[in-house]
Amino acid sequence: MSPRAAWRLEGLGFSKVYDYAPSKVDWFAAGLPMEGELASVPTVGDVARRGVPTCAPEEKVGEVRDRIQGTGWDRCVVVNEERVVLGLLREKELAADPETTAEEAMRFGPTTVRPDVPAGKMAERMQERGTASVVVTTPDGELVGLMYREDAERPYNTGSPEHA
Amino acid sequence: MPKTIVRDGVRELLEEGGAQLVDVLPSEEYAESHLPGAINIPLKELNRETTARLRRDEPVIAYCHDYL
Repeated sequence: MSPRAAWRLEGLGFSKVYDYAPSKVDWFAAGLPMEGELASVPTVGDVARRGVPTCAPEEKVGEVRDRIQGTGWDRCVVVNEERVVLGLLREKELAADPETTAEEAMRFGPTTVRPDVPAGKMAERMQERGTASVVVTTPDGELVGLMYREDAERPYNTGSPEHA
Repeated sequence: MPKTIVRDGVRELLEEGGAQLVDVLPSEEYAESHLPGAINIPLKELNRETTARLRRDEPVIAYCHDYL
């Protein structure tokens, strides 16, 4: 639809016409601002915890475990230099041989969700699947945070310092 | 010829100032959600009259909802 609109605008005499082909879906999925009726509906991006620990794929599991110990987090997201999510180290993977690299130990390609998904709907889906948390990324795979189901079931509870 | 633009390009044009966002979806969909500052001119209503409020010498960015 937008290519047709862009051509139409040009036909109407506009000289600097752009077609944002990825559309508003792409914009909202990146967690960027929204206006309109849905803007007041809490989203995954609203309730995601932002301070989730991250590590590089070449880091040793033992070092990662030591680093996150006592922080209150039970997992670490493995990211590249662009903060694109590569994998996840849960308690199980963090208990691996300390000399193993994060890349070797990680759960590869964890399920991710976009920030614009309504938090309530996501919580329902997670409950059905028995999932307690999910990694939140932009459409480009860049880490946004970690959403816990318990947070989505009580949106905007900002009692935790990790909240945005 | 209109240029296809991605998210970062849209943000840059908006930050530079002057760029105009046009949501070409039906008004009900626009009311639900739209990009900040976007105006709504549904595709079927895109004509000389409805675009009269747009500045012709500034960038115009059209978007809809049918990519993914």
